[in-house]
Amino acid sequence: MRNFLITLIIIIIPVKSFGLIEVDITRGNLNPLPIAVSPLSIDEESRKNFENILKKKNIGSEISSIVENNLKVSGLFNPLNKDAFLQEPDIANLKPRFEDWNLIKAQALITGKVSYVEEKLRVEFRLWDVLAGKEMMALAFTTVPNNWRRVGHIITDKVYERLTGEKGYFDTRIIYVAEEGPKTQRVKKLAIMDQDGANNKFLTLGNELVLTPRFNPTSQMVTYLSYFRNLPRVYLLDIETGTQEVVGDFPGMTFAPRFSPDGKKIIMSFAKDGNSEIYTMDLENRIVEKITNHPSIDTSPSYSPDGKFISFNSDRSGYQQIYVMKSDGSNVKRISFGKGIYGTPVWSPRGDLIAFTKLHKGKFYIGVMRTDGSGERLLTENFYQEAPSWSPNGRVLIFYRETKTDSKGKGFSAKLWSIDLTGYNERQVATPTDGSDPSWSSLLSN
Amino acid sequence: MKLSKILKNGFLIVVACLALSACATSKKSTGQMQGDVYTGTDTVEYLASGVPDRVFFATNESVLTTASRETLRKQAAWLRKNSKITIVLEGHADERGTREYNLALGERRANAAKDYLMTYGISSDRISVLSYGKERPVDSGSNPLAWSKNRRSVTVKAN
Repeated sequence: MRNFLITLIIIIIPVKSFGLIEVDITRGNLNPLPIAVSPLSIDEESRKNFENILKKKNIGSEISSIVENNLKVSGLFNPLNKDAFLQEPDIANLKPRFEDWNLIKAQALITGKVSYVEEKLRVEFRLWDVLAGKEMMALAFTTVPNNWRRVGHIITDKVYERLTGEKGYFDTRIIYVAEEGPKTQRVKKLAIMDQDGANNKFLTLGNELVLTPRFNPTSQMVTYLSYFRNLPRVYLLDIETGTQEVVGDFPGMTFAPRFSPDGKKIIMSFAKDGNSEIYTMDLENRIVEKITNHPSIDTSPSYSPDGKFISFNSDRSGYQQIYVMKSDGSNVKRISFGKGIYGTPVWSPRGDLIAFTKLHKGKFYIGVMRTDGSGERLLTENFYQEAPSWSPNGRVLIFYRETKTDSKGKGFSAKLWSIDLTGYNERQVATPTDGSDPSWSSLLSN
Repeated sequence: MKLSKILKNGFLIVVACLALSACATSKKSTGQMQGDVYTGTDTVEYLASGVPDRVFFATNESVLTTASRETLRKQAAWLRKNSKITIVLEGHADERGTREYNLALGERRANAAKDYLMTYGISSDRISVLSYGKERPVDSGSNPLAWSKNRRSVTVKAN
């Protein structure tokens, strides 16, 4: 799986221009930017070659559909209907007739070209400011044909970054728990898919219960909880080779694992004699450290992106609340003081916010607060939802939601959902089966 | 004379009403719950005749109720009589909590049962503890009665 890396990215013309279109992602965007995604043009010979290899009739249109869908789902863009396009893709890519694009109210335009070069897929694309009549960006890169979906995601990331000023999150994957069967005997498997739901793969067979997979922010490693042989333990899994191992040698249940931001440690809880404490294990020298020391339940630890602090939840005050401490376990401070029970703190990759799950008066909320506990903002309310995970740019949260069953216990489902940090753009993330415990990867390419 | 007879009958009627309504309420709202602790027998299985296999907890709690302690004393007596038997205490939580906290809570509940069995002379060597958090409910309903059945520690024969 390693060699799905993009072989090279060449910036043809790095255009830095000012006063061109910008998209503000800090506010709920009620007027998404109208954008025209012209299908990537392709010569007949290249088209045939790719049809042979990939079984797709026109890989150029397929790639633009991925870009279009990504832009639409982001909630920041409104991709216009292709039927209204007046200019042919190949001509548009050379020199767009801006009046034509202006006529259909496009403010930005993406054009491009795919070709088959020495058994590789070469793509070039351009982003145009229609109103100013200027090229904003042009990029070309080459990769193996099988990477065609990723080409669409990388184009979206570049366009998003150029127009919003922040890194994108499209060339990423989600690891989650796929669920099936009755609520009393759920069968759970690890599954992984692209951020847009494509390329879904199951990583375990469902023979044992698995929970809470989390990506290493620096590699394609995953840590998760497995009930293999009825011994709930934290495991480390390399998703490229499929090799896995138990993390540490604990005489009891280990759970709630996460990686440190440098990917070198795993932080988790270890439960013994009715008490759960937080521990770390260094993956290189295997040294285990005990971080908390309190007779209450201390769990769901998450590092700050600089690695200096840890947020976690504890019921030391009587009920579950969120605390922050230094990474050596000193200076423990409670930060959640609102009404209700707070859990699953997750530090934003930007460092400024902590996302959490809150239970108050029988409702569950996903919310965010500053790292000192101020500025609490609830993004979404439901019967049951929990476990937010941040997109790598810290702009979107993915979580899961379960439905209430009726008096006979029927009607249960668990689904993945995403919502923007603004509280807008809430959507279900389609999965082939039910899903829970999602974790968002870092950008696969930068 | 007549009046007192009426009063007497009236009194009897009132008493009967009270008794009936008491019956009705206890059956309707609970009968199977005291506070929010399950007291019914729907899901209970037996390790041996008269030895129930599980105890129930209040929301967010791992404190053993009087009834739970009685059940565990019966289990301890049964374990003393059958000294070769080893057990797993499976701790569970209801669905109204976050997954990781519930794993810890299930572990805490099973250990509350373990500690009590040990005070009745059962060696910790014979007891292992396994938390399922909210992963294995017995009742798939989303209502207070179902949740009360799911907040439990179940004693399972391991050999």
